[in-house]
Amino acid sequence: MGLEAKLKEESFFTSTIDALVAWARKSAVWPMPMGISCCAIEMMASGDPKYDIARFGSEVMRFTPRQSDCMIVAGTVTYKMSHVVKKIYDQMPDPKWVIAMGACTSSGGMYRSYPVVQGIDQFLPVDVYLAGCPPRPDNLLNALMQIQEKIGRTKARDFQDRPLPELTVIQNN
Amino acid sequence: MDKIKREEVPTKILQSLINQETDISVDDTLENEMILNMGPQHPATHGVLRLLLRLDGETVIACVPELGYLHRGYEKMAENMTYYEFIPHTDRLDYLSPLANNVAWVLAVEKLAGIEAPPRAQYIRMMVSEMARIASHLVAIGALAMDVGALTVFLWTLREREKILDIWDILCGARFTNSYTRIGGVANDAQPEVLAKVKWFIEQYEENLDECERLINTNRIFVERMDGVGVISGEDAIQIGFTGPNLRGSGVEFDLRRATPYMFYNDMDFKIPVYKEGDCLARYFVRADETRESVKIIRQILDKMPQGETILNNPKRVLPKKTEIYSKMEELIHDFMIVNFGINPPVGEAYTAVENPKGELGFYLVSQGEGHPWKCKIRSPSMVNLQALPQLVKGHMISDVVAIIGSLDPVMGEADK
Amino acid sequence: MDLKELVTNKLMEKFPEVVFDFSDYRDQLAVTLNKKFIVEVSSFIRDDQDLQFKLCEDVTAIDWARRKNRFTVVYHIMSLKLNSRIRLKADVDESDCSIDSVSSIWKTADWHERETYDMYGINFNNHPDLRRMYMPEEFEYFPLRKEFPLMGIPGSLPLPKKDN
Repeated sequence: MGLEAKLKEESFFTSTIDALVAWARKSAVWPMPMGISCCAIEMMASGDPKYDIARFGSEVMRFTPRQSDCMIVAGTVTYKMSHVVKKIYDQMPDPKWVIAMGACTSSGGMYRSYPVVQGIDQFLPVDVYLAGCPPRPDNLLNALMQIQEKIGRTKARDFQDRPLPELTVIQNN
Repeated sequence: MDKIKREEVPTKILQSLINQETDISVDDTLENEMILNMGPQHPATHGVLRLLLRLDGETVIACVPELGYLHRGYEKMAENMTYYEFIPHTDRLDYLSPLANNVAWVLAVEKLAGIEAPPRAQYIRMMVSEMARIASHLVAIGALAMDVGALTVFLWTLREREKILDIWDILCGARFTNSYTRIGGVANDAQPEVLAKVKWFIEQYEENLDECERLINTNRIFVERMDGVGVISGEDAIQIGFTGPNLRGSGVEFDLRRATPYMFYNDMDFKIPVYKEGDCLARYFVRADETRESVKIIRQILDKMPQGETILNNPKRVLPKKTEIYSKMEELIHDFMIVNFGINPPVGEAYTAVENPKGELGFYLVSQGEGHPWKCKIRSPSMVNLQALPQLVKGHMISDVVAIIGSLDPVMGEADK
Repeated sequence: MDLKELVTNKLMEKFPEVVFDFSDYRDQLAVTLNKKFIVEVSSFIRDDQDLQFKLCEDVTAIDWARRKNRFTVVYHIMSLKLNSRIRLKADVDESDCSIDSVSSIWKTADWHERETYDMYGINFNNHPDLRRMYMPEEFEYFPLRKEFPLMGIPGSLPLPKKDN
C-alpha cells in the first residue's frame, strides 16, 4: 500500500529524525477533553459516528492529563475554574498543545460579566483558536488538522528537558 | 515543592463535610476516614461538579457538592440587556435542549407583557419542545449507560440525536444553540421539508430506541448496578423539591403540562409515565417512556397544525417583518424603538414555569416599565436535583455515586447559571 | 370558591393580628407580610389539609436600591393538590439584613437561601449551613446588589499566572 510496497528486498530509506518524530507525533494526537459547558457537547458530537474523530488519529479521549498531547478547552472558563485548568495543564507532559474551542475561551464570548475570564490566553499559551458558539464538529476537526500541520513543522530539538512546574501539596499532620 | 498548611485551606466547606450527620456504622471500621475529592474535572460528573466525599473504606458516609465552577452571571447580565437580547443566553442554560429554554423565556416575557402568540406559532413551539425533550433524554440515557459501562448505547443514542440536530439545522439555521423563538411567535415558518423530515424521524425512532433498550434492559450488570441504588420516597422527593422525571420516578404523578397547562397541551392526548420504586432504574425507565409519549404528541401536532401566521402583529411589542421595515415608515420607527429601548412591559411581576426535560424551569421577572427587566430569577431544575445528592449517596459505594449522578441527570450550565 | 378567596379567608381567620396584602396581578396570587411571621405562616400553609402547599419552588430576593426597605425576599410555593402557586413576599431592610430561615419547613429552601445570601448578603437565622454557593469563599462582595458593576471589581478574583 504505502511505503512498504515500494521497498524491494534489502532496501532502506533515509530521512531525518526530525521528520520521523514529527510524523509520529502528529498522526496520533490524543486529546485531553477539558469539557466544561456547551462546547463539550459538540466535542462529544465530533466523536460520534457521523463526524468520527478517530479517523484523524485521536482514537481515545483520555480523561487523564498524563497520557494526552493536546488539551481542548471547550466551554466558558470562570475565575474559579481557571485554577483547575491550569493545574491540569501543568500535569500534562511535554510536548503539549492547546486548542481554545469556541468564543468563550478565545475572548470571553458573549459573557462580558464579572466571573468569566475574558480569554484563556491570559493564563495559558494557546495554539489554535476556534470561532463559533459552539463551533460545528467539522470546525473542530479543521482545528485538529491545523494542529497536525503545526506539529509537522516542529523539530525534535524544540522540546528540551524543562524543570517541572511547582505543584502545591497540602500537608496533613 | 511548596507545602500549604491545613489552616490556610478554606475550612468552611471541610467543616460542613465533617459536621454532616452520619447515621451509618460500618462493621470493620478503619482507624481513620478518608476525604476524597471528586474534582470538577472528571469523566463522569456530567460537567464541572465538585464532590467532597467522606469515605470509610469504600462506603460513602457524607458528601458535600460544590457548585459555582460555571457561574457566568446570567441574572446580572439579564438586568443589563433587553428582553430580546437575552434570548440567545437562554439557549446556553440547559444546553442539551436549547429550544425548550427559548420557549420558556418567551412565554415568561409574553405573560409579563400581556400578549399571546398566534396558534400556528404555538404548535410549532410545542413540536420543537417535544423534539428537545427527546434529544435531551437520549443524551441522558446514553451518558448514564456509558457511566455504568455500556459504551455502545452512547454512540447509538448520539446517532439518533444527530438526526434531530439535522432537522433543527434546516428549520432554525443552527444545529445546536438555535435562538429560534421570538417574543410574539417564532423566527420563521416551518418549511414543508422540515415537517416531512419530522414525520420520517418519528416513524423510525421507536424501532431504534427498542434496539438500544434491548442491549441494556435485561443486562444483568446494568440492572444490578442500578436497582435499589439511590432510593428516595415520594414524600422526601417533594420536600427536597424534585420536579420532572426524578419526581415521577418516585411515584408522584405531577407534570406541569397537565397541572398548569400552557400552549395547547390541553388538546393533546398523552400519558404520564410514573414508576413507584424511586431508584435509579425507575428514573431511567421514566425517561425512556417519556420519549415514546413525546413521539405520540408530535404525531398529533403534525395532524392538527393550523395554517396561519407565525408571529404576532402588535407593533409596540413585537418586532415587525423585515420586508416591511425596509419599505414603510411606521414599522421602521417601531423597529428602532424596540431594538434600542426594549419592549417596555407594564410595571409588575410574573413567574412562569414550563416542563423542561430536566424538571421545572421557571423565570421570575420583575419589571419597572423599562426595556430591561429589573430582576430576573432563573429557577433551574438541575440545582434543586443536585441538592438531594448528599441524601442519596449515604451508605453506598463510590461506584454507585457515578450511577446516581447519571440518573439525576444534572446539567451544570443550568445549575450554576 | 377560587384560590384567592380560599387562601385569603384561611389566612385572615388564622392570623388575625398579621397585616396581609393580597394581589392578583396576571392571575398569580401574591401575599405580602411582615418578616417576623414568615415561619408561622409557612408552616400553616404547608400543613393545612385544604391548602397543602408542599413544594417550595424558589426563594429569592429583589434589590430595590432606592427605598427604605431595600430588599424583598420572595418565596414561590406550589400546591400539588390545588395545582396552583402562591407567592410570599417579606421586606427586609438593609440595616437589619436578616430573616428567619424556612429550611426547617421545606428542605429545599436550604440551597436557595444560600444562593440568596451569596448574591445579596441577606443573613438567614437558624440556617444549618450558611456559606457561599457560587462565588469562591474568599470573595468579599455581593454580586447581585445594584451597586456592584457588571464587569466586576478588578483584583477581587485571583487568576493563575502565565508561565512562558
